[in-house]
Amino acid sequence: MAKAPLVEMENISIAFGGIRAVDDASADLYPGEVVALLGHNGAGKSTLIKILSGAYKRDSGTIRINGEDAVINNPRDAKGYGIETIYQTLALADNVDTAANLYLGRELMTPWGTLDDVAMEAAAREVMGRLNPRFQRFKDPVKALSGGQRQSVAIARAILFNARILIMDEPTAALGPQEAAQVGDLIQQLKNEGIGIFLISHDIHDVFHLADRVIVMKNGRVVGTARVGDVTEDEVLGMIILGKCPPGAIPGPGAIPAAVINAINA
Amino acid sequence: MSNSVTTAADMARSSELGLVARFFKATELDPRLLGMVLAMLIIWVLFDVLSGGLFLSPRNLWNLSVQSASIAIMATGMVLVIVTRNIDLSVGSILGFVGMVMGAAQAEWLPPMLGFENPSTWIITLALGLVVGAVIGGMQGFIIAFLGVPSFIVTLGGMLVWRGAAWWVTSGRTVAPMDSTFRLMGGGPAGSIGETWSWVVGALACLGIIGLILNGRRQRKRFDFPLRPIWAEGLLAIVGSALALGAVAIANSYPWPAPIARQYAEAHNIPLPDGGLFIAHGIAIPVLMAVGVGIVMTFLAKRTRFGRYVFAIGGDPEAAELAGINTKWVIMKVFILMGLLCAISAAISTARLNAATNAQGTLDELLTIAAAVIGGTSLAGGIGTIAGAMLGAVMMQSLSSGMVLLGLDSPLQSIVVGIVLVIAVWLDTIYRRRMA
Repeated sequence: MAKAPLVEMENISIAFGGIRAVDDASADLYPGEVVALLGHNGAGKSTLIKILSGAYKRDSGTIRINGEDAVINNPRDAKGYGIETIYQTLALADNVDTAANLYLGRELMTPWGTLDDVAMEAAAREVMGRLNPRFQRFKDPVKALSGGQRQSVAIARAILFNARILIMDEPTAALGPQEAAQVGDLIQQLKNEGIGIFLISHDIHDVFHLADRVIVMKNGRVVGTARVGDVTEDEVLGMIILGKCPPGAIPGPGAIPAAVINAINA
Repeated sequence: MSNSVTTAADMARSSELGLVARFFKATELDPRLLGMVLAMLIIWVLFDVLSGGLFLSPRNLWNLSVQSASIAIMATGMVLVIVTRNIDLSVGSILGFVGMVMGAAQAEWLPPMLGFENPSTWIITLALGLVVGAVIGGMQGFIIAFLGVPSFIVTLGGMLVWRGAAWWVTSGRTVAPMDSTFRLMGGGPAGSIGETWSWVVGALACLGIIGLILNGRRQRKRFDFPLRPIWAEGLLAIVGSALALGAVAIANSYPWPAPIARQYAEAHNIPLPDGGLFIAHGIAIPVLMAVGVGIVMTFLAKRTRFGRYVFAIGGDPEAAELAGINTKWVIMKVFILMGLLCAISAAISTARLNAATNAQGTLDELLTIAAAVIGGTSLAGGIGTIAGAMLGAVMMQSLSSGMVLLGLDSPLQSIVVGIVLVIAVWLDTIYRRRMA
């Protein structure tokens, strides 16, 4: 790819109480590209991505955004770099309404320094109208919304602020088939706008057709990276389950060496 | 698909709204708050009947308002503390300590420098109290937010520490008397603003209510949002204004006690008419302070970033953190605010007693928490209103003052208040479950 990478994460490590949740992991992302980050529960993919979104502080490694070293110590820093995240838990404040959630931490203010609730609601109506035209419950606390509606609020919050890098952690986990397809369309549309997207999933079938590349993690380490065209779904499954890197993929530090595999097979 | 189902349900619901539901939808009033007002009115009428018309006399209502002020002020801060999933058990002790500091300042520390009854004594004293209160709150808030010690423990410790410190200020001596200007904050005939000014305040309140309604309409028009029906706006304006003016009328029909009125008449060479001179109290200064605090705190909670963050943290602390909110600093600010409010309450209760004692404010933390909780603040965090908490404070005070009027023994009073607290929260739980 000729374009410069949007994000480069190199040799990232983080440990929690002696457990190396992410160990020497590297990942990169180009503009207009969808990279699926795959692995079992506990493989370290969410942790790696939370380092990029500022929720965790890495122990070592470097992050570069547009080729420049980035200082990301908290979620505010990450947002400053145009990194928006849709968390698996959605991370919505349940007791306040949609507009308040969309603008949480970045409220619109009146000239007198007070919250401009009507302006926020107007903008919320506009963006929600694009994502989920039937959505009408702007006065209700988010708690009262359905799973799909809550998901649209979380997605709307991420795309409201001209994100350049979007992280989606299990974006379709709470959705029915039709809503999941909508999210797929949205990803396609954002991709065309040149936004780079990290898509995290433990289910390869959810994301294989959406992604340009896959990065597979196991036990905190990267097994390998592959272009979607170069590997089959079964081969990727082998990466996820066994840590076995197929010929079409670039092996990472977590890949089981060929000698070991041959020994097992023999 | 779940979306279409809920939307259809929404539409079905809005077309089947009953008269009551339509009323609440049109006026956008909080049914919970209105229910509380109703419950309080029932209690008032009940006490009035049982006491043979004593309870709803201007005199008792005026006293009730003054007695509620101190707890009501602290309850507004307690709401924010509880909304962020914290608790503050130290407010009574902070009140005691700050009260002692302010008492000692005006009666013992300042007079050698400024002389007694210096016109600036009260403001220096009050400023000192506010600073001390904010520093105490800030210290506790820092330990809670940045060192991660649970607020229950920190403020339980604070309850002991500041009660002990209150004793320490003068080695347990009661300090009296207070500066006469400072004493105005305690109410009484001198500490009330009189008939004319009370009407002025009432008129300002009416203008404020109408202004708020007009501004709300203007804001909604800006983005073509649906407006409240005119009848609803009119009703709100009329009822709001009537309440404000009614309160002023009650305050203005409570005259000064005859001996004080006579002294005043003699001092100002006013001939004493038959049947005594009628000089109305008007609104008491501590009540004005409480209302002012209520307005400022409501503004903070509803219209500022700080308030939005307080509620978001209560709803989901992790989500608030991930949204980029500096949650630790917000929580520390909440406790600073609580300390400031304790200082204001300390000024009022010290002024009212005309003395500072080291036992002042004992058990106030429980009354304050009870007021907030009766007022609809959820101990699980995220839910609560300033107005509700203030109403809760008045409710608690109504109960105890009503029982005093009826001559109930004080142990029995505690039993009743305790039972009412539990029942009120139980009813609220049922209400919330049905609404959810």
